[in-house]
Amino acid sequence: MYDVIIIGGGVSGAAAARELSRYQVKACVLEKEEDVCCGTSKANSAIVHAGYDAATGSLMAKLNVQGNEMMEQLSKDLDFPFQRRGSLVICLSEEDMPELQALYDRGVANGVKGLQILNREEVLEMEPNVVDQVYAALYAPTAGIVCPFHLNIALAENAYANGVDFRFNTEVLDIKKMEEGYELITNRGIYHTRYVVNAAGVYADRFHNMVSEHKIHITPRRGDYCLLDKSAGTHVSRTIFSLPTKKGKGVLVTPTVHGNLLVGPTAIDIEDKEGTNTTKEGMDQVITKAGQNVKNLPMRQVITSFAGLRAHEDGHEFIIEEVEDAKGFIDCAGIESPGLTSCPAIGVMVADLLKEKMGLVKKENFIATRKGILDPDTLSKEERKALIKENPAYGNIICRCEMVTEGEIIDAIRRPLGARSLDGVKRRTRAGMGRCQSGFCSPRTMEILARECGMSMFDITKSGGKSQIVVGTNKDVL
Amino acid sequence: MKQYDIVIIGGGPAGLAAAVSAKNSGIDSILILERDKELGGILNQCIHNGFGLHTFQEELTGPEYASRFIEQVEDLKIEYKLNTMVMDITEDKLVTAMNREEGLFEIQAKAVILAMGCRERSRGALNIPGYRPAGIYSAGTAQRLVNMEGFMPGREVVILGSGDIGLIMARRMTLEGAKVKVVSELMPYSGGLKRNIVQCLDDYGIPLKLSHTVVDIKGKERLEGVTLAEVDQKGKPISGTEEFYSCDTLLLSVGLIPENEISGGMGVEMNPVTSGPKVNESLETNIEGVFACGNVLHVHDLVDFVSEEAASAGKNAAAYVREGDRLENEKEIVLNPVEGVRYTVPGTICVNRMDEKLTVRFRVGGVFKNCYVSAYFDEERVIHRKRQVVAPGEMEQIQLTKEMLLKYPDLKTITVKIEEA
Repeated sequence: MYDVIIIGGGVSGAAAARELSRYQVKACVLEKEEDVCCGTSKANSAIVHAGYDAATGSLMAKLNVQGNEMMEQLSKDLDFPFQRRGSLVICLSEEDMPELQALYDRGVANGVKGLQILNREEVLEMEPNVVDQVYAALYAPTAGIVCPFHLNIALAENAYANGVDFRFNTEVLDIKKMEEGYELITNRGIYHTRYVVNAAGVYADRFHNMVSEHKIHITPRRGDYCLLDKSAGTHVSRTIFSLPTKKGKGVLVTPTVHGNLLVGPTAIDIEDKEGTNTTKEGMDQVITKAGQNVKNLPMRQVITSFAGLRAHEDGHEFIIEEVEDAKGFIDCAGIESPGLTSCPAIGVMVADLLKEKMGLVKKENFIATRKGILDPDTLSKEERKALIKENPAYGNIICRCEMVTEGEIIDAIRRPLGARSLDGVKRRTRAGMGRCQSGFCSPRTMEILARECGMSMFDITKSGGKSQIVVGTNKDVL
Repeated sequence: MKQYDIVIIGGGPAGLAAAVSAKNSGIDSILILERDKELGGILNQCIHNGFGLHTFQEELTGPEYASRFIEQVEDLKIEYKLNTMVMDITEDKLVTAMNREEGLFEIQAKAVILAMGCRERSRGALNIPGYRPAGIYSAGTAQRLVNMEGFMPGREVVILGSGDIGLIMARRMTLEGAKVKVVSELMPYSGGLKRNIVQCLDDYGIPLKLSHTVVDIKGKERLEGVTLAEVDQKGKPISGTEEFYSCDTLLLSVGLIPENEISGGMGVEMNPVTSGPKVNESLETNIEGVFACGNVLHVHDLVDFVSEEAASAGKNAAAYVREGDRLENEKEIVLNPVEGVRYTVPGTICVNRMDEKLTVRFRVGGVFKNCYVSAYFDEERVIHRKRQVVAPGEMEQIQLTKEMLLKYPDLKTITVKIEEA
């Protein structure tokens, strides 16, 4: 019997797990995929929003501003990349100024610090590749960019280090209210728990509706993105948003913490909760809209495109509360943008809720920090030489595009909650994330995974499940 | 810090031929840096035959062809380092490299030969819509898995792109027990060699669908199928022509991109058409003493021509080491590719430095039948050669001689074009 089971190992679930692990509590994360960070958390804009978008007084606005303020210290404690680059919302004509002013006013009301409306010259001086017809922009110096994979993985690793169990490939099929707590029926057996945290992303409505008469409904809202090569990574140095107007909502153009350029997303409501396929219409929209605010975008430098699903609840608000008619069942639902930004605050809010209900007591030996995978690029030449001398695997480049060494890949596999698939290695080390998109390194990464995990090459997958890379040996069917 | 006269980046066919040639031109201090665990580059996974008809007048497999050059490198006692990644080269030719044994180390070169080869264009670069399951490979990755490691990437295969590696893999997958259902090519013509279409597709009854592309990818974990559609003249899919093919494997043979990240980092000027360095008749880049050859310069069809080009780069690098800077104060003739000719290598010629003969290689931008390949020396048409057919998939060349060029002392531009009959 667990005290708390958290359904979902995305940023919300992992943040809740990490904050909960400050207390003396027996907790477990159930994740249906083979790794953390496999749903909404892995495919989004990777933006830390300033907090002027959400309606004043909403939970979204509050947690956005809180999350933004917490992110920097958290990135230091848990060693993940975060850069406070600032953002600009581009206004293209004088007639749209009331909308820009409204954003500014809302931001001020939400408690966003440092907001400024800049005129054309100021914008172009800051970002020379913004289109010439820019009229003004809302500048938010507190906005930032983050690596969503590393944020999610860091939270999970730290929760694990503080005693939270993680069960992967474990899909919750049904939930029953019991005399005490809940019974969770999964594809891998039955779990009992006193409390449930429902952090299931686009599936959160399904689990909520299993225990409550007050139904909620989440629409997977698909966003298509294009990722450009690092050669285009300095095209802008801040996140460039489009001002939503009567004519519609544009797409954003942003640098990433790893030096690429990201363009997107679309917003297309779909039914399929696994519908992460890009479409021609979606990509065309991204490409057309990308040029509205930023000029000379080198769209020929696209190295990959992808789609993510936002967990859009009908009320367009975070639902973080105990379900009224299901005592001990805590929703963490409707976590769409600014969910990534808010996740540090979401974690605290969930943990505070549970602390109060359960009367939790703090641990004395909570480990507050975590070291990420060593990136040799951050070392001096001398340090790097010493590292290779100590561990020659750091002298062996596996991924040529991103210059990832065997040492980093081994670390990604061996560390707690380590990678077990090519995508798991990719999210942790960037091996395969570069311009050749794993053409050269995937066979070599497979060999390392097989060796380190004692797996057969036939068991190695791209992303768990039935995503095997090789299916047999030559001529075996002849 | 170690010093070498010539450091060669890459130990594939280009690097090997350049090294042998430089050595035979009298330079002893040569080092090849190779990132893989053996010399030979991509030839090691090209176990089919058809290599060497021009160079050795016999048909060899890729590994056999490579071994001819590797033996020469060994016999000539040319130094090389394996499993060694070049991290960076400065304009002053200071090479920073890394391997397990020596860690991070620096080498000072007098001349550098860039011979890093190319990589395959990925699915992402094409923006093919759909899911992103396992089962989608570049043809070269599949070739490595099958030919070097003995693993089958899948059983039922669709191939997008009719580049040579894709065609070769259509045959290989068939021979190893897979069913290749179709090869789809976006363009109205194949990007591969005619002989490969005959020997790899026709001989095995594999259909080639020209003007067709993949418009959707189905399968959330492993690939389950792809939808092909016909495209119009602008390459846009034509609604209503969609056809679903169930398959567990999609191989992509959709183009090769020279790997010039190191070159760009050191300030080498690039030709946007080839994605390779701009070079003169000596295959020297804008940085004196830095030469380029093989697929890093422009993508070739035949390794024989890579070897020939690389030998020239090796010889010229040797001359640079002996004679020093030869770029100054020399008048250069500019090669101007127009009307069907996409680019030329080299891009400029200095008559005083050139050999008695110079091969100018180029590719055309479309299929032209019964046409002429022409070269104009300023206004005067000097070369006018009849061709039954020229196509983008086959590299073309013209031969210039020093004797020819010396007759035109004021020559500024050589215009190369395709003319209708």
